[in-house]
Amino acid sequence: MATLEIKDLHVSVTADETSKEILKGVDLTIKSGETHAIMGPNGSGKSTLSYAIAGHPKYQITSGSVTLDGEDVLEMSVDERARAGLFLAMQYPVEVPGVSMSNFLRTAATAVRGEAPNLRHWVKEVKGAMADLDIDPAFAERSVNEGFSGGEKKRHEILQLGLLKPKIAILDETDSGLDVDALRVVSEGVNRYKESGEAGVMLITHYTRILKYIEPDFVHVFANGRIVESGGRELADQLEEQGYVKYTGNQEAATVA
Amino acid sequence: MAVTTQDQQHGLTAHSHGAGVPVSSRADHFASFDVAAFEVPGGREEIWRFTPMKRLANLHNGALATAVAAVDVSAPEGVRVETVAKGDDRLGVAGTPGDRIAAQAWTSFTDATVVTLPKDTKVGPTTVTITGPGVGEVAYGHLQVRAEQFAEGVVVLDHRGSGAYADNVEFVVGDGAHLTVVAIQDWADDAVHVSSHHTKLGQDATLRHTVISLGGDLVRITPVVTYAGRGGDAELLGLYFADAGQHLEHRPFIDHAQPNCRSNVVYKGALQGDDAHTVWIGDVLIRAAAEGTETFELNRNLVLTDGARADSVPNLEIETGEIEGAGHASATGRFDDEQLFYLQARGIPEEQARRLVVRGFFHEILLKISVPEVRERLEAAIEAELEAVGA
Ligand SMILES: Nc1ncnc2c1ncn2[C@@H]1O[C@H](COP(=O)(O)OP(=O)(O)OP(=O)(O)O)[C@@H](O)[C@H]1O
Ligand SMILES: [Mg+2]
Repeated sequence: MATLEIKDLHVSVTADETSKEILKGVDLTIKSGETHAIMGPNGSGKSTLSYAIAGHPKYQITSGSVTLDGEDVLEMSVDERARAGLFLAMQYPVEVPGVSMSNFLRTAATAVRGEAPNLRHWVKEVKGAMADLDIDPAFAERSVNEGFSGGEKKRHEILQLGLLKPKIAILDETDSGLDVDALRVVSEGVNRYKESGEAGVMLITHYTRILKYIEPDFVHVFANGRIVESGGRELADQLEEQGYVKYTGNQEAATVA
Repeated sequence: MAVTTQDQQHGLTAHSHGAGVPVSSRADHFASFDVAAFEVPGGREEIWRFTPMKRLANLHNGALATAVAAVDVSAPEGVRVETVAKGDDRLGVAGTPGDRIAAQAWTSFTDATVVTLPKDTKVGPTTVTITGPGVGEVAYGHLQVRAEQFAEGVVVLDHRGSGAYADNVEFVVGDGAHLTVVAIQDWADDAVHVSSHHTKLGQDATLRHTVISLGGDLVRITPVVTYAGRGGDAELLGLYFADAGQHLEHRPFIDHAQPNCRSNVVYKGALQGDDAHTVWIGDVLIRAAAEGTETFELNRNLVLTDGARADSVPNLEIETGEIEGAGHASATGRFDDEQLFYLQARGIPEEQARRLVVRGFFHEILLKISVPEVRERLEAAIEAELEAVGA
């Protein structure tokens, strides 16, 4: 049983020597077994929230706290957070030229599990996980994310999710850039991870369509750097109908036109 | 048509190259076997302006040889190894010294080593180990590698030890021959090495030339490729890693004067520590006769710490419109924090993540080194470099 607790989180970024507050007091608690959908318009700060939790150096925490099972996450380095059981599937996964996917996956699994996985089991495990996500085995020898299409990158993020089995997973717009088939395959991957144990999920999305595959327990509307409304599935249905206009004053659809 | 482009990019320390100053054509560069024909350079000259002249042990200013550099050749059967005197008329055919130190080396060497890969034959790797003359000593040398018609083989030049050493290395590649060269500069911390590599590439001949510079206080390598016939193919690769205080300079020049030849130049460098300085000047000249030329040159530098500086200047001069393709690129970047973040976000500790990224950066060069022992040694050397500063 794991709990991620975010309290009154304020986060700024510095660009051109001026500091700008992006997150303006976020409160959220995610427990194992729960799926929280975070829905919000472009630029509302969803990725900022996920990066801040993962420890990206560009984002300064100005106040508030983040704890995982009572441990201060903000005191940990990026890799310590991952080893403590946090995982971020990124909206824009980074290309790492010259580092093969297979080397990367094995190095990551070794770090997170605390010991090198048995080679024979590992090869089988990776092959199976790739097959589940309809990933061609040839990707194992390619450089991490280099030249991957948007959809291929997202599949590989979920591949890592399945192999690293974190306590809490933050999925930042994993659905964006996916066609219908890929969305289904990727969603099934997330659902397998949820079923495999005590997993907590923060599912960040702009649109409601992924919620047809991944059932949320809670839905939070994110606007202007904070959660402005929380509810259940019905809140997503309401966003589907009305968009974010009520929260932002702008006409912005929550469905794909 | 005559087009000259000049790009300049640099590392993190603010400085200026005087971009926009027109440079003279590479075709007009002076060359001579006679050291007296060159003025003693002061350091402001175009070809010397990046080099710290004070650290050259006077190689540019008439330093006399005080010792010799030992040359040991380990060659497989079939490869001929000779020591010859300066009068041997095979010497000097691949190119003429293009700067005062190269001319000084030509004037000052006593014995030359000639390594010949026999025609129509494929031979195993030959290793030429050159050991510097010792701390405070000065030596000059000359080496010629001949790959006869349709010969095929690998020659490794392994430079070690201390002292100041200037030399000319010639690669005479016969028609249809396939020569692979790996020149490793693994000098001790005090060493000064100024070397000109002259290649004359025969018709349909191939040169795979890799320069690896790791050690030494000052290393300056000028590889020049000329084509003797159509269909020549030259690939020039480089990998360098500069630590605090080191000056590593590479000045490849490809002179396309024959039609339908190819060249591809890729140099990658990493820098770390105070006053680590690398210079890359990549000149490609496509003369009017060189129709159907295909060329590309690239230099990338990875700046791992503050206080290091990389100068990178690709020059592409095109005197004919009838070319297959010509391109160049140069980029100097700080260590990519996004890559580091991504790897760390998967639990990989920072140090290990850094090593993965740097190894990845050099991967495409290392991949092309066909001698496994050499590749393994370089991988180990890169690991050691990274450990030294705890990167
Ligand atoms: N590194 C940064 N430098 C400068 N500004 C930033 C940076 N990261 C985020 N911002 C700004 O913070 C705001 C929130 O951005 P963020 O990426 O968190 O939004 P988002 O909700 O994820 O949007 P989207 O739906 O487009 O992904 C935006 O105005 C953005 O320009
Ligand atoms: Mg976002």
